[in-house]
Amino acid sequence: MIDKLALYLQYSFVQYALIVGMLIALCSALLGVTLVLKRFSFIGDGLSHVAFATMAIAAVLNLSNNMYLVMPLTILCAVILFRTKTKARGDAVLAMLSVTALAFGYLFMNIFSSSSNVSGDVCSTLFGSTSILTLKKEDVILCAALSVVVVVVFILFYNKIFAVTFDEDFAKAAGTRVNCYNLVISVVIAVIIVLAMNLVGSLLISALVIFPALTAMRIFRSFLSVTVCAAIVSVFCALLGMLVSITMGTPVGSTIVAVDAIVYALTVCVTAVVGGRR
Amino acid sequence: MALLTISDLSLGYDSRIIVEGLNFTVNEGDYLCIVGENGSGKSTLMRTLLHLQEPLGGQIRMGDGLAKNEIGYLPQQNAIQKDFPASVREVVLSGCQARCGWHPFYSREQKKLAMDNMRRMGIDNLARRCYSELSGGQQQRVLLARALCATQRILLLDEPVTGLDPKVTMEMYDCIANLNREGVTIIMISHDIAAAVQYASHILHIGSSVFFGTKEDYLASPEGRLFLPQDGQEQLERATEGGDAK
Repeated sequence: MIDKLALYLQYSFVQYALIVGMLIALCSALLGVTLVLKRFSFIGDGLSHVAFATMAIAAVLNLSNNMYLVMPLTILCAVILFRTKTKARGDAVLAMLSVTALAFGYLFMNIFSSSSNVSGDVCSTLFGSTSILTLKKEDVILCAALSVVVVVVFILFYNKIFAVTFDEDFAKAAGTRVNCYNLVISVVIAVIIVLAMNLVGSLLISALVIFPALTAMRIFRSFLSVTVCAAIVSVFCALLGMLVSITMGTPVGSTIVAVDAIVYALTVCVTAVVGGRR
Repeated sequence: MALLTISDLSLGYDSRIIVEGLNFTVNEGDYLCIVGENGSGKSTLMRTLLHLQEPLGGQIRMGDGLAKNEIGYLPQQNAIQKDFPASVREVVLSGCQARCGWHPFYSREQKKLAMDNMRRMGIDNLARRCYSELSGGQQQRVLLARALCATQRILLLDEPVTGLDPKVTMEMYDCIANLNREGVTIIMISHDIAAAVQYASHILHIGSSVFFGTKEDYLASPEGRLFLPQDGQEQLERATEGGDAK
């Protein structure tokens, strides 16, 4: 088992996959805390379906690199979603958007696709499949660069993100540019979603966003410690999931999410026992 | 010149007017209580004063060099904060946010300001505790400390004693009265008319009829008599004895 792992780790494509996977997990966990606290957990899900639809369109148009279409369209949708969230029935709008995007995405792929294996394509976009192991060097560089940008933006805006997450009205009354920071948050989330599609596929992205935050919130009670813990948990789970996936030959995305879910369940049990004793 | 001059203000949502023709002024050091029935527009007025929503008509003028955002705000608890993982220190510090501008981190002076305000509210020993695990009274003190980080001049309090038990309610009122004595101008929305006439210097009553004036005038007015039918006179006497009859 160890030998097999050591053998695999010598290949550059495996190393790339591990680096990219951990970076994506780090980014999604950072913003995940804010999304969970703002009660926007489902936005990740909705956006990932939008990303799926745009990916289908890109496939139909035969674009060489679909990032250039998927990224702007997803960002646009994220901005619109964050703008309209204050109105009533935000959850219904989100549900509507996500199923519509999913349906049209599949429709486009079926009707226009020139590929011989449509269901295979769909499956890999939805569940990530092995695409993480077939990354090209340019993809890795792009992914790493975007991740670094996300982390830097998050650190620079950390205090502002806290202020608008904790109490938007107060922040606004005190003169904080709330709309501006909400815009920053939505753009960053869209970028993360598109990045994470490579790793876990569009159906499982919300797990990557939500689980680390929930696990961390079980253990810690301040915003900083929760954020740091979520990042560590997320990177650890992604690494473990990818290693298991490589050695056992299981699909990358679902293995990572399974590890996330198990870690969360264990945390719930342990904190329940420890909390009960107090 | 007054800190705030409100002239001919109309309030409401989407062109549905709730209150119109509102005129009042707030001077430095005033303690203004806004009273009125549910749905009379108290919260709308407060949101308008905070520039969270636009007035339908009329205007709000700031005087004495008071900046548009130099108003501290003590909101009612929102649902998000119930299980929010945030330490007391993090919450109070976030009051300094508006002073930061584009600067990403808090400066040493801002951290000191937050610490000073925690001490002032008597919550410095709770700095590392989780905000959502505190009692209602402690949470209000944290939010007051945060508001004081945003401004030292004028505080808007939205029903600050909702859900507090009688003892903590008294402490909260004392705390606010102390701030007022230290020179902080207070505007408070309240259901509690008895407390309003005990502590406030001015009363704004909105609803079917509008009254604005000093507490003494309010108790003599038809609106005041309506709400304090029997003990209005007694309240007046107690209140004019120097406010030490608490």
